[in-house]
Amino acid sequence: MTTTTPTFSSRAVSVLAAIWGFIRRIPPIYPVFFAIFITVGFLNPNYQTMNGIFVFLRRASPLAILAIGQMMVLASGGFDLSQGSLVTFVIVGSSMLLSNDPAKAYSTIGIMMAVGVLVGLINGTAVSFLKIPSLIVTLGMLLLVKGVAMYWSGGAPKGYFTDNFRVFGRGNFENVPIFGKFPIALFIMLVIAVVFYFIFHRTNYGKQVLAIGDNVRAAQLSGVRVRGIRVLTFVFSAFLTVIAAILYGGYGGISTNVGDGMEFQAVSAAVIGGTLLLGGKGSVPNVVFGAFTLEALFNLLNLIGLPKPYRDAVQGLIIIGAVAYAALTTRRKQ
Amino acid sequence: MATTTLPANGSKNFFRSLRIPPVYYFLVVVFVGGAILDFIFADGQMVTNPAILTNIFVRSVALGIVAVGQTFVMIGASIDLSVALVISVTAVMTSFIMNGQTENVPKAIAVVFLIGAFTGLVNGLIITKLKVNAFIATLGTTLILRGVLNATFANFKGSIPRSFEYFGYGRIGPIPVSILVLLVVVLAGWFVLARTRYGFQLYGTGGSSEVARLSGLRTDRVIIIAHIICSMTAVLTGLFVVSRLRAGAPWIGTDGVYDLESVATTVIGGTALAGGRGGVWGTLGGVLIFGVLDTLFNQLGINPFMKNILRGLIIILAVASYTIRSKREAA
Repeated sequence: MTTTTPTFSSRAVSVLAAIWGFIRRIPPIYPVFFAIFITVGFLNPNYQTMNGIFVFLRRASPLAILAIGQMMVLASGGFDLSQGSLVTFVIVGSSMLLSNDPAKAYSTIGIMMAVGVLVGLINGTAVSFLKIPSLIVTLGMLLLVKGVAMYWSGGAPKGYFTDNFRVFGRGNFENVPIFGKFPIALFIMLVIAVVFYFIFHRTNYGKQVLAIGDNVRAAQLSGVRVRGIRVLTFVFSAFLTVIAAILYGGYGGISTNVGDGMEFQAVSAAVIGGTLLLGGKGSVPNVVFGAFTLEALFNLLNLIGLPKPYRDAVQGLIIIGAVAYAALTTRRKQ
Repeated sequence: MATTTLPANGSKNFFRSLRIPPVYYFLVVVFVGGAILDFIFADGQMVTNPAILTNIFVRSVALGIVAVGQTFVMIGASIDLSVALVISVTAVMTSFIMNGQTENVPKAIAVVFLIGAFTGLVNGLIITKLKVNAFIATLGTTLILRGVLNATFANFKGSIPRSFEYFGYGRIGPIPVSILVLLVVVLAGWFVLARTRYGFQLYGTGGSSEVARLSGLRTDRVIIIAHIICSMTAVLTGLFVVSRLRAGAPWIGTDGVYDLESVATTVIGGTALAGGRGGVWGTLGGVLIFGVLDTLFNQLGINPFMKNILRGLIIILAVASYTIRSKREAA
């Protein structure tokens, strides 16, 4: 009796310690997201229904896709500031190409994806081979891509999106088992998240991206083909931006400033999701929840009746807070 | 044989001893190329008409003043994206407080410079004490300023009195006051960077913050001061812009893309994004290139949207002409 009690309690302690260790390793983004989301649920009963949750996730999906692309560039030590104006370009350009003809929807999407790959190739080549800092390259690209969108449309885009183009952003799969309706945008986002989870966390490519972000010289010396990897990262980012833009097109309007500032939202989502700026750390699922958190927060601010401009102010406070938290806690660990 | 090579070497050494930032050669190329295009496709007034020549400088004033401040923070290996919003806040607050009355001018100027100094201080504190990456820190303050500004002012508010238009439109003899102000700012910037103890501390901190700190510099303070200086130059730009426009609106700074363009001109001027190298003369060259191009685009009657496309291309190409020879990988 006296011998078994201590072993029993020590076993219990070790189990508890293991659980505590597991809880401690959960990234802070998850409790933060659920806290905000549950608050939103209390304030607006719509969010207590499956339908309401799906509407929320559908709206958050494009940002999550943008953030995954941004995260890969950030993790390699760069920035992609051209995302926002590429979104504008895709939306404005698609409305021009479609010219209200549903038959052109798929060719339009194909052309836009090709443009995305091209933009990413240019960004990546300029960074890797012309050795221009990505901040400057993608900033030049921001002006350039937006300029092309404005020039093409003459500043006032014509036409509207056909239903078969909008369906990706706003449509649902009907009669899905268990769920009933399931948003197409959310499905696309989940597929992308799984694919990029695999690419980023389960292949050499992902490890090499992180190695470059951590220390370019060290990565180079250990045989990482830095330039090629970098180009590919920018191509991924631009390609995902095009997909996100098509989803945004599903419920947003067509205007020449739809994408303004979206690159910063994507950076915010990535940073809230624990991505380290200037490289070396990043995670696809955490960033997806970073995007969800940002979207939930915007909803929360809406619900408590804060004027829309204050969204910006709160977003500013949050990204500073998130980065400061990351910086101060990592320093403590050292 | 020797006689022909010697003068060439001599002139090379002469130019080297002047230490002209390479951006000025680029400026000459742009100007000459622009003048030729202007002669072929327009009336050629860019060279022949002194008014248009002066205009190149006047166009450069707004961007030039804030770019000097941006040069300071970038030499310190930091960056300030909040300048555009500081310019907007300055423009709106100035015309709101002045409200067309000359007696309100000193009050307005005092208030905006206080706001500027405070913004710079907050930027510097977030970067140094909270260890937040400068890009994110100043992006954060940008968003905060934008939120507060847009929630408070929706459109043009108030106006400036006639007397204050002197800054934007006044002339001393043939020279516009604004150009003199720009020159004074550039000279002051050069003096502080090249001739004062603070300047050397800033280069040291930017070159290697850790080495500077270990050799006894208070690097945090150096960076904070650089950010305060930068925000103050943004305020001065804001004052110039509002005196040209005669009233302030919340979108003035962001529409002018002062944040990104001040960074771009500074980099074109030879200041490294990694810090520790560069100077205000190079930045002035970069700004003048933009001024020449702006004037050229106007002369040629280029579509305003096309201007942005060309600007984006030129920023990339100009920076590439520096970086392409570098052995290090960019990020």
